[in-house]
Amino acid sequence: MSTQVKPRIRIPATAAKGELIEIKTLMSHAMETGQRKDAAGKTIPRKIINKFTAAFNGKTFFEADWHPAISANPYQSFYFKAQESGEFTFTWKDDDGSVYTATSNLTVG
Amino acid sequence: MFTATQHKQTTSRRTVVIASAAAALAALLPRLSSADPAAVTAALKKLYGDKPMTEGRIKLDVPPIAENGLVVPLNVEVESPMSETDYVTTVHVFADGNPLPGVVSYHFQPGGKASAGTRVRLAQTQNVVCVAEMSNGQVYMAKANVKVTIGGCGG
Repeated sequence: MSTQVKPRIRIPATAAKGELIEIKTLMSHAMETGQRKDAAGKTIPRKIINKFTAAFNGKTFFEADWHPAISANPYQSFYFKAQESGEFTFTWKDDDGSVYTATSNLTVG
Repeated sequence: MFTATQHKQTTSRRTVVIASAAAALAALLPRLSSADPAAVTAALKKLYGDKPMTEGRIKLDVPPIAENGLVVPLNVEVESPMSETDYVTTVHVFADGNPLPGVVSYHFQPGGKASAGTRVRLAQTQNVVCVAEMSNGQVYMAKANVKVTIGGCGG
């Protein structure tokens, strides 16, 4: 499987004040469980994204700790109550220490 | 007559090929540690000790039958006003028939909605257990059984 890591986010660009918006994120990642064995019988080492964080204007509002039971190409949906305009930051932390981030702007009006 | 015999031979060879392919696939599958609901009980005990857990307030949305255990949609929603003083802090999801019981843990903040969806791997037919901790320390739980036709976790 490709090791290319690319986040995809579906999020409204505008919202009314006080509106509850749903955010959907999809990350391309193999999420290798560490349970599988290769043809030679050797265990394939675990390599998953173990933490997903969503923050708005620097303040974290949603966190998910992912275990190996999360499917490949991890999907996550969650909600946010729009109060003011600003910027979302989404962060994915990999077992190997890599950190992937994506941002998105929200206009409240 | 000859053609028929030949046809029969082809079929049997194909059967052999399929059988050996299946055997090779089975060899590739990891030896899953047996389903252990005790692992979930232990994990819950470690988190909350002997705290009473009330059923309810959690809407655990999983399909009753999953054709593909590699990708099972899992949605959790917890009833809560999500105000500064009364909100859901943490939600843990466990699967009692997976090699590792932990599935996902969510951490919420006041405001918004205590709801999240993802896709999970289930190794076999099993129970999915969800516990939600409120800001006042109360713990709620919900359980759902999922029948898995094709296992996840390396299959």
